[in-house]
Order: sequence, then C-alpha cells, then structure tokens
Amino acid sequence: MHTFEFSRPKDAAAAIAGTAEAKTAQQGADMRFIAGGTTLIDLMKLNVETPSRLVDINRLPLDQIETTPDGGLKIGATARNSDLAHHPAVLRSYPVLSQAILSGASAQLRNMATTAGNLLQRTRCVYFRDPAMPCNKREPGTGCPAITGSNRTLAILGTSEHCIATNPSDMCVALAALEATIHVQGSKGSRAIPIGDFHLLPGSTPNRETVLEPGDLITHVTLLPPVAGSKQVYLKLRDRASYEFALASAAVVVTIAGGKVTRARIALGGVGTKPWRSPEAEAVLIGKTAGAANFRNAAEMAMRNAKPQSENKFKIELAKRCLAHALQMAATS
Amino acid sequence: MSDDDLQSCPPDPTRRKFLLTTGTSVAASLAAAYVPVLANSAPGESEPAPPGARPTVDGAVPITLRINGKDHQLRIDPRTTLLDCIRETVALTGTKKGCDHGQCGACTVHVNGRRVNSCLTLALMHDGEEITTIEGLATPDALHPMQAAFVAHDGYQCGYCTSGQIMSAVALLKEPCGPDDAAVKELMSGNICRCGAYPNIVAAIQQVRKNA
Repeated sequence: MHTFEFSRPKDAAAAIAGTAEAKTAQQGADMRFIAGGTTLIDLMKLNVETPSRLVDINRLPLDQIETTPDGGLKIGATARNSDLAHHPAVLRSYPVLSQAILSGASAQLRNMATTAGNLLQRTRCVYFRDPAMPCNKREPGTGCPAITGSNRTLAILGTSEHCIATNPSDMCVALAALEATIHVQGSKGSRAIPIGDFHLLPGSTPNRETVLEPGDLITHVTLLPPVAGSKQVYLKLRDRASYEFALASAAVVVTIAGGKVTRARIALGGVGTKPWRSPEAEAVLIGKTAGAANFRNAAEMAMRNAKPQSENKFKIELAKRCLAHALQMAATS
Repeated sequence: MSDDDLQSCPPDPTRRKFLLTTGTSVAASLAAAYVPVLANSAPGESEPAPPGARPTVDGAVPITLRINGKDHQLRIDPRTTLLDCIRETVALTGTKKGCDHGQCGACTVHVNGRRVNSCLTLALMHDGEEITTIEGLATPDALHPMQAAFVAHDGYQCGYCTSGQIMSAVALLKEPCGPDDAAVKELMSGNICRCGAYPNIVAAIQQVRKNA
C-alpha cells in the first residue's frame, strides 16, 4: 500500500475543501473520502487505488435515515448498509431496497459499507483488480483483455469496445427501480442527481464511472414517497447461495389493479456496466395483464440489445428468466 | 535452532506461549530490517532495535485503541489495518489473517458491539472506539456460551477460522435472524471454513440461541 496523508475534517465544508484540489474524482484519484473502506482499502492493498490523501468522513453527521416531510426517505451518505436494510421505514415502504442490500456481501461487510460507498462500488473484473494486467478502466489506453479473456461474470448491456466491466452493486439496482436521487455537495454548491444520470457508460472513457468531480461529497440519497399498493421484489441469481456477486438480478416495483399492470419500474443487476434501468421492459407491461406471457415479453425487451462475450452468453437467458420470475413473484405476493 | 535458543524458552512452554514468544522476536527482527525503508532514512543510520522493542516509523501517528476494555496508547503507520494492529502491535493473535481482502471472515472482531472485517479498515479510523477480540469475549476458566457450544458441537477442525466464526456468531445473537438453520447459514456466510465444519457450527449457534 502506498503512503498517504490522513485527515478527519470537522465538517462537510472542510471535507470538500480537503479534496477540491484533486486532479480527478475518478480512477486514479489522488484524494479520496473514506467511509466504510470495504472497497477502497481492498483496492489500496492491490495498488489499484493509490490516493496520497485520505479524508475520513465517518465522524461527520451524515449517517441519519429519516422520513422527509413529503413522506419520502432521506438516507445519509454514511448510513451503514445493515442499518438501512433493517430500518423500519425501509422494511415497510421500500422492501426491494432491504432485500437487495441483504442479498449482497456478508453481515460484517454490511456493518461497514455505507450508502455513498455502495454507490461508488468498483467492478470485480479480474483484470481491473490486477495492476499487472492491461485495463482501460484502470489505465486508459492499455486495452481490455477481458473481451478475449475471462469474461463469464462480465456485462452484456452497456458495454463498449473499451470495457465490459460489470457494476457489482445490488443496492444501486434497487435504488434505480426506486428512482432515487443522489445529493452532492461540492465546492461550487449543491446539486441533486437522478440515479440514472449518476453512473456513466464506459464508452471510450471507462475510467470515468460517475459524474462526480473533485471535492464532490455525496451527503445523502432521497427516495420518493412510496407508491401505495406497489409490489416490490429483488431477485438475485449467482453461483453460490450467499456471499456472491450477481450473475443476474432484478429489482421490480409494480402496481397491479384489476389484474393489469398500471405502473412498473424495472432495473437489472449483474448484467450491465451500470445499474441497469429498463424503461423498454416497463413500457411493455403497462396496461397489460399481469401474467407469465407478458412478463416474458418484458424480459425479452429488456435483453433485446444484449451483447454477449465469449463466456457469458448464458447470461441473456438467465437475466430474462430472472426478470420474468421476479415479476411473477411480485404479482403473486 | 541452537541450544541457547531452546534454553530461552519460557519455563511453561505451551504451544501458545511458545508461538507468541518466537513470533514476537521474528516480528521484531523483520521490523528492524524494514524500519529504514519506511523511515526513509539512509541505510545504516538507524540503530538495531533492542530485543522486544516496538518498531517505530517516520510518519507514525499516535492513537488510543480501546481493546477488550483496555486502552492502548500506540504509534502506528497510518496504513496499518485494524487487523495488523491487533495482531502485530498489540500482540493479540487470536484474531486471524486469512485472505486479507474481506472475503473469508477470519479477521472478524467487534467494533462498538458490531462485527466487522478488521482487515478492511484502518486502525486509526477507530481511535476511541470499543473493540472486542476473541481474547475479550470471556476467560479460559469461564467460556462464553458460544465458545462452550463450539467445543460441545465440535464446531472446528483446524481451528484457524474459529475465532472469526465465534465473533461472528456472538454478534449474530443481537441481529435480526430467523429461527431456522437457513437463516443462520445466510448470516454466517461471511465466515469461510476450509475444513467444512459448517453443520457443527450451525448446531452450536442454534444451541446457544435456544438457550438464550
């Protein structure tokens, strides 16, 4: 691990000032906020992350989870994943979020990992994690050995010729289906970013994963008031029964009235280069009977642009069945 | 090993004491070799560390770690993980290093009563917090009920993952967990046992939960 300067700012303004001069907030950042550390310390040990300054935000008052005046939910940046998953308001109104978080990592990691850290979770692509290998995400311009190499677990949606790395988060998939908003405070003020705009497709700059700029501090995430009568399910398929990243997952939030789907929000995990919202699949369902045939149609639509690699063609059918089954579970819950 | 070395063994050479003693001297000699690099000083500039001395490094920061109810005033390299600090600096070696990347759970300790992977956090992030390791759970004469249950159910084979398993299991008792074995398995999935003692581990935990 490289040496670094460690500081613990007294407030958010000091934290922002402490990192505003960084060259980038993306891969290769020389300054990093640290909260749970479960991604950052791991990657610092591998020399994938080599910040020269760490700013510890754990003691800032950013860990609250509270209902908002409009009936939504405000989730602090450093609220631990376990606290969020077990929060009464989440269990009651946003069960898909609780299910997604509890399907990821282990109890120990969920006690450490934070809301903001999970939003910034890095890919598990083996080439990204190994500095001895080329990787366009880690070192732009060096190439992507995954495209012709070990790619069984990698993405089939949103890929480019430069990068096929999967976004590994479960929490973000649920947040995408819940249309969460990410609140950022920076040196030029505050802004609210819809989760769909927060993560970037790899394109020709896979080293840029989010819209964050130097000094940007995620302060909290907000959720809209729950939709009355909505059915929510997170279904995750993986190589092991527990403690494993998704090969395919689906977060569905649907409202069904008189046997017909009146509202649908669908996001997929384990298959995309970012948490993958599927408005196409949602559109297929609106006004249709909540049944197996239409759920399969929605799944076909969600995967219609899927581009498999040499080892992961199976993911297309797996993701279709995952989504169709999640919709069936929601409809019958 | 020379006869002199053998004679310097403690009078009660239990395996644990022997390993701790030799382990400490090995660590000290390795550290002595490593210090000039970390200290960024010219080779030969630093004096050899006296036996048993704590290595010091340039850029070391002072922290107070409260481990098992006792405050430890330490100076550590900021890069030191909580795991390495507990094992190498404070010399509490019950907590084990397995993968060192948060994938095996051998390093599980409690911070403010909650279980965490001590390999994925920096020691200096826990200044002033309450840390509990396997050594702080109970005493050899009066085992924690979970330790006793692991013994009764043979919840280990080689023992390397056991302290992490027990720290996880004790924390689980205070977490939301369904009554059946499947719920326990799910919440214990962050602790890998290469020997495959899982059925006995689950049985031990379930016994403690039933008796609680």
